[in-house]
Amino acid sequence: MPSRMGARAPAGFARSFWELGLLLLLVFVLLQGSVFPYGADASSQHAKDGCSSTHEGKPNRTKKVFPVLSFEYDHIKTPFEVSLWVLFASLMKLGFHLVPRLSSIVPESCLLIVVGLLVGGLSKLIGESELPKLDSGNFFLVLLPPIILDAGYFLPIRPFMENLGTILMFAVVGTLWNAFFIGSVLFAVCQIPAAGLTHLGLLSCLLFGSIISAVDPVAVLAVFEEIHINELLHILVFGESLLNDAVTVVLYHLFEEFSAFGTVTVLDGFLGVISFLIVAFGGVLVGAIYGILAAFTSRFTSHMRVIEPLFVFVYSYIAYLSAELFHLSGIMALIACGAVMRPYVEANISHKSHTTIKYFLKMWSSVSETLIFILLGVATVGGPHNWNWIFVTSTVFLCLVARVIGVIGLTFIINKFRIVKLTTKDQFIVAYGGLRGAIAFSLGFLLEVEDEEMRHIFLTAIITVIFFTVFVQGMTIKPLVELLAVKKKQEAKRSINEEIHIQFLDHLLTGIEDICGHYGHHHWKDKMNRFNRKYVKKWLIAGERSKEPQLIAFYHKLEFKQAIQLVESGAGGKLSSALPSTVSIQNIQPKKPPPAPEPRERVLPQLPKSREEEIRKILRSNLQRTRQRLRSYNRHTLVADPYEEGLNDLLKKQKMFELEKKIKEMNNYLSVPVATSDSPTLRRARLASGRQTDFKPDEQQNGKKQTSDPQAYNVKPDPVDVPTIQVELASPQSPDSVNIMDEFRKDKEKDEDTGLTMKLPSGPSAPPRKQSEEEDAKDPQKLTRCLSDPGPSADEGEDDPFLP
Amino acid sequence: MPLPQPCPAPPCCSRRCGAGGANSRQVRRMMGAATTRIGQQDPELVDRTGFSPEQINNLHKRFLQLSGNKDTISRENLNDIPALTYNPIKSQIIEAFFDKRNQHDSEVGSLEEITFEQFLMVMSHFRPPTLEMTAEEKQAMRKEKLRFLFNMHDTDGDGKITLEEYRKVVEELLSSGSIEQESAKEITDAAMLEVASTNVPHMGPEDFYEGITFEHFEQILKGLEMESRMHIRFLDTATVHCGKS
Repeated sequence: MPSRMGARAPAGFARSFWELGLLLLLVFVLLQGSVFPYGADASSQHAKDGCSSTHEGKPNRTKKVFPVLSFEYDHIKTPFEVSLWVLFASLMKLGFHLVPRLSSIVPESCLLIVVGLLVGGLSKLIGESELPKLDSGNFFLVLLPPIILDAGYFLPIRPFMENLGTILMFAVVGTLWNAFFIGSVLFAVCQIPAAGLTHLGLLSCLLFGSIISAVDPVAVLAVFEEIHINELLHILVFGESLLNDAVTVVLYHLFEEFSAFGTVTVLDGFLGVISFLIVAFGGVLVGAIYGILAAFTSRFTSHMRVIEPLFVFVYSYIAYLSAELFHLSGIMALIACGAVMRPYVEANISHKSHTTIKYFLKMWSSVSETLIFILLGVATVGGPHNWNWIFVTSTVFLCLVARVIGVIGLTFIINKFRIVKLTTKDQFIVAYGGLRGAIAFSLGFLLEVEDEEMRHIFLTAIITVIFFTVFVQGMTIKPLVELLAVKKKQEAKRSINEEIHIQFLDHLLTGIEDICGHYGHHHWKDKMNRFNRKYVKKWLIAGERSKEPQLIAFYHKLEFKQAIQLVESGAGGKLSSALPSTVSIQNIQPKKPPPAPEPRERVLPQLPKSREEEIRKILRSNLQRTRQRLRSYNRHTLVADPYEEGLNDLLKKQKMFELEKKIKEMNNYLSVPVATSDSPTLRRARLASGRQTDFKPDEQQNGKKQTSDPQAYNVKPDPVDVPTIQVELASPQSPDSVNIMDEFRKDKEKDEDTGLTMKLPSGPSAPPRKQSEEEDAKDPQKLTRCLSDPGPSADEGEDDPFLP
Repeated sequence: MPLPQPCPAPPCCSRRCGAGGANSRQVRRMMGAATTRIGQQDPELVDRTGFSPEQINNLHKRFLQLSGNKDTISRENLNDIPALTYNPIKSQIIEAFFDKRNQHDSEVGSLEEITFEQFLMVMSHFRPPTLEMTAEEKQAMRKEKLRFLFNMHDTDGDGKITLEEYRKVVEELLSSGSIEQESAKEITDAAMLEVASTNVPHMGPEDFYEGITFEHFEQILKGLEMESRMHIRFLDTATVHCGKS
């Protein structure tokens, strides 16, 4: 939509309001309201002095003394001010969460708008006329893309596709209905002489309707992320807000065109429909092409891990710009791009890059969102207004009515086709969640109509609607959700059992459909999946991961997270708690090797104290050495060693902790082995080490996430760190380790038979055992947190293990 | 009552047409000779399976197509469906049709051949929930669906999914190669461990978790909303069957 960012208002932040910038800084530094007028004045004075002196000084060079300290604000002005704004926005965001009560009652978006209003008001008070506008160019080219990309990249594809029909219905038909209903009724209202708006034509009203009717993804995200509503409702409202972009773009251009000429023919309507199809599908196509390109590129990045995340961002942004270039729906392009590339990119890139992408997207989108709301507030104060009571109130009223009628009417139709029907509660939330936001404002801002007054009327009404929806609906939706007992999002993320059954169900339903003999959507999905597995993955995913079944991939992911969990708990010097409870693998397994009865009388050999000390020393020194090696810094690779050594190191450390613990326990006859050698991670590690023999041990080659297998490093024969092998539980090469392993086994067997824990009266390590139990109880939660989808808040700790 | 035949929008009109006897008779008349036999037991079938008469008719057509116009279907008939070839859990699906436990009576064991009625009974596990359902009905439906899944896993019918049985499920899901076999083992172990640890949080080291009981199965899958997930769309109107047998 290049024309959205028309000739109006160039460089948004770049107005000369640097006084305001400094003022903001001073506000923060001094935290004293009374100081700032003085500060601002003084600094502005200073600025002018500085500027003038440098300007005067330039022409006659001969006489000039070499400037020891020169001052040129213009040089850094734009980036400086932008940075200040970003800083300001971030600090504001930070500030809200310091007041816990506040953020639980009022949505952040409201608070940010209020801040914007305050800033606008303040600067108006001190006579600063050139406020930063929510400039449409910057909005569509800079602020919006991160939010949409974040949404697209992390789009829950499964529910989205399952509800695509409903979403499209709401997004296309619903938006059309809203636009035409609001537009035409408003036109009728305008005919009332008392309103004084008789000069507003039907087409102008329809244009206004098309602007105001679209649900805004930014506002919806901001509010819905806080209310944790169930997946279905979330994807319905959010999906609608994303997909209605194409409708809005076309309607906007259409009516803008028509209102300039004043006539509409049938042909125009027909062309409008065609245009809609092109805009929507063209956008998706552009996005998909760039998504595939990005996936293909990521296939070759294994040697240059540091720039991996960049490809994701840049390809997406180019996709957005390319779509905008042809007036296609940039939002849909971004969504398509993110959704298409994600599965392949994720399989190709390293775990660190994945984390980077996740956090960068979250960071950018939240900063953008914050800025958008603040600037919206500022623009409200600064903008030209034309308050017309009748127009404004009837707009707000009509928006509500149109939304309610639209949702109810559409669900009536949709429910005939849906298998899982939308209940009345669902309908209410969908209707109530129809928030308007900054996109509408920016579109209104871009309006190019001759009549300035009309534009002001429109802008005022748009802002009022935005404020109404964001404040009234946004603030009340949370209590309402609770009042209506709408199903919330289940916090726990998928367990391995659920994943197995989801897949099982897919195949089962496909099979049943085939037996029934009609090809339903499971059948086609299965076809697509098979096509994807057979051809697409081979091209887009490097190495053997392309052949990995989804379930295994899921399992590896889960395991990886468990490993990190393990490291985290180990790094804190605590007992290992890899297993979610006291139930260990031998509880479920003894059937195959029937509970060994013999070793009951076997005496456990005790490690001599000196030997124990020796082992411990070796472990320590080894640990230190690895650490030292890690310290070397390289600009192009994140750690000195080619692969995720940081993690490996920590894992090793963890194992050492365990081993030490073991040794101690062994000596005390107190062992409660957590069945280390049987824990999923290690078993998998063993498997991986077996697999590793298939190809070169060169870790670069298999530096994908899958082989981010903690053990991969250890498999490599390491001539320097001979003691490493001792730590290596999984490899029985070293005689030492064999010894230790044997000890463990005996120990465990004994444990299995007699349940040593029970027998032990009290010993030095009894408390640790308790502690471990407590931890175990806590663990499932922690684990699920780790497993849950992105949300930076969700898995805070994930990054920590990487810090050397 | 609208006639189902002129109904233009396929799934919309007759989903709720319910068990009207008169209506179903009309339908039967229009469906022609092939369905006359089934026509006699129609009202009863509608009651027992919850399908609409139109759906029953469609399924019956398919049944005849699969069985080669016989009264019963055997395993071979289902085995021959070309679309099923690539389904990794094909054998389990087919076996489920011949499982007596899925016939709503408590017998254990498997059948050699199934009649149309039995075929319908199995199919009825895949009905979607309706909007009018109460919470209890939904709960019952969910239980029924879960029971179906459970029966598919519990091949020996002892009321427990043992590690062996579970592993077989996962192996088939992965349609195992050699690497997958190893992974399948791990995955099953992890999954079993998860079941055990969520259901029996504190086990002594010498305790043995024998297998997943139905209660535990229910517990572990309670997040999945089986009632709204496990369903397919049964056609209401007479349409072309694209799957040749």
